[in-house]
Amino acid sequence: MRPIDWFTQALAVAVALAAAPLFLGWVNQCRAWLQNRRAASLWQPYLGLRKLLHKDPVIAREASPLFRAAPYVVFAAMLAAAAVIPSMGTRLPMGAAADAIVLVGLFATARVFLALAAMDVGTPFGTLGARREMMVGFLAEPALLMVVFVASLISATTALPVISEHLALRPLELSPSLAFTGVAFTMVLLAENARIPIDNPATHLELTMIHEAMVLEYSGRHLALMEFAASLKLLNYACIGFALFLPWGSATGRSGPLALALALPALGAKLALAGAALATIETVSAKLRVFRAPEFLATAFLLAVLGMLVHLLLGD
Amino acid sequence: MGHRAWFDRGRPIGGAPGARLVRAGRGEWRAIAEDFAAAGARLLALWGQGGEAGEPTVFAAYDAAHGLLIAALGCGAGDDSSSEYPGLQDLFPFAARMQRAVRDLVGLRASAMDPRPWLRHGDGGDYPFVRVAGDGVHEIPVGPVHAGIIEPGHFRFSVVGEKVLRLEQRLGYAHKDIERRFREFDALEGHRLAARVSGDSAVAYAWAYCQALEGASKHEIPPRAAWLRALALELERIENHLGDLGALGNDAGFAFGLTQFSRLKEQVLRASETALGQRYLLDAVAPGGMRVDLSRSGAAVLADTVTAVAAESIELRSIYDEHAGLRDRFAGAGTVTPELAARLGLTGLAGRASGQAQDLRIDRPWAPYDRLGPAKCGATGGDVAARVEQRFEELAESCRLVGRILEGLPAGESIAPPPACEDGFGVGLVEGWRGPVLVALSIGEAGRIRFCHPHDPSWQNWPVLEHAIIGNIVPDFPLINKSFNLSYSGHDL
Repeated sequence: MRPIDWFTQALAVAVALAAAPLFLGWVNQCRAWLQNRRAASLWQPYLGLRKLLHKDPVIAREASPLFRAAPYVVFAAMLAAAAVIPSMGTRLPMGAAADAIVLVGLFATARVFLALAAMDVGTPFGTLGARREMMVGFLAEPALLMVVFVASLISATTALPVISEHLALRPLELSPSLAFTGVAFTMVLLAENARIPIDNPATHLELTMIHEAMVLEYSGRHLALMEFAASLKLLNYACIGFALFLPWGSATGRSGPLALALALPALGAKLALAGAALATIETVSAKLRVFRAPEFLATAFLLAVLGMLVHLLLGD
Repeated sequence: MGHRAWFDRGRPIGGAPGARLVRAGRGEWRAIAEDFAAAGARLLALWGQGGEAGEPTVFAAYDAAHGLLIAALGCGAGDDSSSEYPGLQDLFPFAARMQRAVRDLVGLRASAMDPRPWLRHGDGGDYPFVRVAGDGVHEIPVGPVHAGIIEPGHFRFSVVGEKVLRLEQRLGYAHKDIERRFREFDALEGHRLAARVSGDSAVAYAWAYCQALEGASKHEIPPRAAWLRALALELERIENHLGDLGALGNDAGFAFGLTQFSRLKEQVLRASETALGQRYLLDAVAPGGMRVDLSRSGAAVLADTVTAVAAESIELRSIYDEHAGLRDRFAGAGTVTPELAARLGLTGLAGRASGQAQDLRIDRPWAPYDRLGPAKCGATGGDVAARVEQRFEELAESCRLVGRILEGLPAGESIAPPPACEDGFGVGLVEGWRGPVLVALSIGEAGRIRFCHPHDPSWQNWPVLEHAIIGNIVPDFPLINKSFNLSYSGHDL
C-alpha cells in the first residue's frame, strides 16, 4: 500500500462524516423546492445535531445498557461501512478487510441493534417500529445481496473497490443487467433509508412511523448519534450506488493525487444529482400502505434476479 | 302517537326555523324517542341543566324533516330512583356518551347507563377499558400526548399484528366546563365565548348562539347581516376543507398536497383579513348581525380570491384523483357503510359521504340559504376517498355560494343590536363545516345567561370512528381519523 492509499482511506471517512448531514440537507432542500416551499438552510442538519449534542439525554428508568450502547454501535457500523465504500478512490487499504457481503452484514448489525434498543424500553411505539423495520429489513437484504451478486458476477470478485474499479475501467456500454439492478438498488435504497414510499422521515404520526418510531425514546447526544448514523447510512447507500452504477470520476488504479483531487468534485456532482433525484421520487410518490412494502421489495428482488439472468444469458 | 303529534303538542320557540319545545312527562320521554326513532328522525343532542338554574332538567333535541323538536324532562330533586331518567342509548347509540357527560356535569343519571365517567377525569382510579382476549392480541395505547402538536385524546387499540380488532376512545382531556363559564356572561356577550368552543367552527357556533339569542328576544336581523353571516360561514367551510384536503394528502405521505392546499387556504385567510378584518372570523358574528361590514373593494378581493381558489382546487383535484399512490391509500380505508352510518347517526360531512344526505342549509333553510339554493353534495362510498370527494364537492359548492352571496348582497345595515332580553329561551341550529352545530340558550334575569349548551356534531361522529377503523391496519388510523377531523374541544366542553 502506498501512503496515498492511506490518505485516500482517511479522506473517504472524513468526507463521509462531513458530507452526510450536508447531503441530507440538500435532499431536504430539493424536496422543499419541489413542493413550492421555501427551503431551510443547507446546514440545517448540522444545526440540529449541534442542538442535540448540547442537550442532556433523558433515559427511561427501565432502559438497559443496551439502550445506551446502541447509538454508538449503530454509528460505528455506519462509519465502518463508510471506510470500505470506494466513494473517492478504489484503492482502499481497508477495502480488503471487508467485501460487499460483509458490508451488507454491517448494515444488518446496525439494524439489529436499533431494533433491540427500540424494544428495550418497552414502549408500544418502539416495538411497533422494530417489528416493521425487521419486516422491511428481511425483504431488503436479499434484494441488496442480489444486486451485489450481479456486480460480482460481472467483475468476478465481491470486494466492492475492485468491482468499482473493474466497472469504471471497462469500455463504456449500456448494460441491461446493470440497468435492471440499478432500479432494484434504488428501491432498496428508498426502503432501507426510511424514505417515501416505504416510510416518511418527516411525519409526526406515531402510528405510521417505522424508523422514527424506533428512535422516539432517544434524546440528546444519543439521538444526535442516531440521526447522524441515519444520514451516514443514506450517504453510504448513495456511494454504493455510485460505485456500482456511476463509477466514473473516482480515483482508480495507481493514479496519483491529481485524480484524487478530481474525485472530490466528481463525488459532489454525483451527490447533488442523486439528492435531486431522490427528492423528486419522494415528491411525486405517496406513502405505500405498510403491507404494500413486501410487494415493493419483492419487485426489487425480482428486478435484481432479472439483472442476473440477463447477465448469465447475454454475458454482458 | 306519531312523531308529528309531538310537534303539535310543543310550543314554538325562537331561533332555528320550526323549532318547538315539549315538556315531557316521565313516561313520555321514552315514547318521544321511540316515535322519532321509528320515523327515522335523528337525535341531534342531549344535554342536562343543573339545579342552579331551576329544576334539574334533561333535554333531547330531535331533528325531523319538518322541524326541530326539543323534549325536556324535569328530573325533580326527589328521591334516588326518580332522579334517574330513562336512557336512550338503545334507540340512539351515541346518546350513551352524552348521558355519561350529563351525569358528569349535572349529576343526572340515565337508566342502565355505562357507569364509567366520560368528561371528568378527576375521580381517580384506572379507567376500565374493554379488553379483547385472544391469541396474539395486544394493546397499543396512543395519546393523550402525541408526537405532533394536536389536541389531546386517548386511543386504545386492540390489535393482532397490524390489524385493528377494536378501538376504544377516551376523551375529555380538553374539558374546561364551558357551560359554567357561559353562566358568568351577559347574554349579549356570550357569542364571544361561543365562537371559541371549537375554534375551527367559530362562525357556526357564533351564528348558532346569536340565532338562539335573537330567537329568545324575538329580534329580527337586517337581511344584509344574514347574508354576511352566510358569507362568513361559507368562508369558514372553504378554509377548513382546504386545510383538511392538504392534511389528508400529507398524512398519506404526499406533502405536495399539503403545501398547495396550505397556500390556497392562506390566500383565503388573507382575503378574509383584507375584506372582513380577521383571518379567522372569531369575532365577526355578533348579536343582531355582523360586527364588520363588507366594502365594495373587500367584496372584489374576496370574489377574486375565491374564484382563483375554485379554479386551482379543480386542478389539484385531478392530481389527487389521478395519483395512483393516493388513490390506493384513500380507497377502501375506514369504510362506514350507509346502513351503519344510519344506525349510528353519523352526521354532517362524514354522514353525507356515507349516504346520509342531510344538510340543514338545504333541508330546512334559514335566511339567507332559502334564497341561495345550495346544491346537495353526497357520496355513498363511506371510505376516506368518499370523504375526500365530499370535501372537494362542498368546496366547489361553497365557492359558488360565496360568488352568489357577493353578487346578491342586499344593501342596508349590517347590524341592528337586539334589545336586552330577560327570561327567554332560544335554540340556534347551523350547518357548520363539520355538521350541525346546536346552541341552546336560556336567558335569566338582568340579561344574564341562565344556561347555555353548545353541541358539536363530533358527539355523533366520534363513536362512528371506532367502527370505521375495525379491520383496517394500525398505520392507516391517522389518515382515517383525519378524514373525519373531529373536534376535541367542542366535544369535551
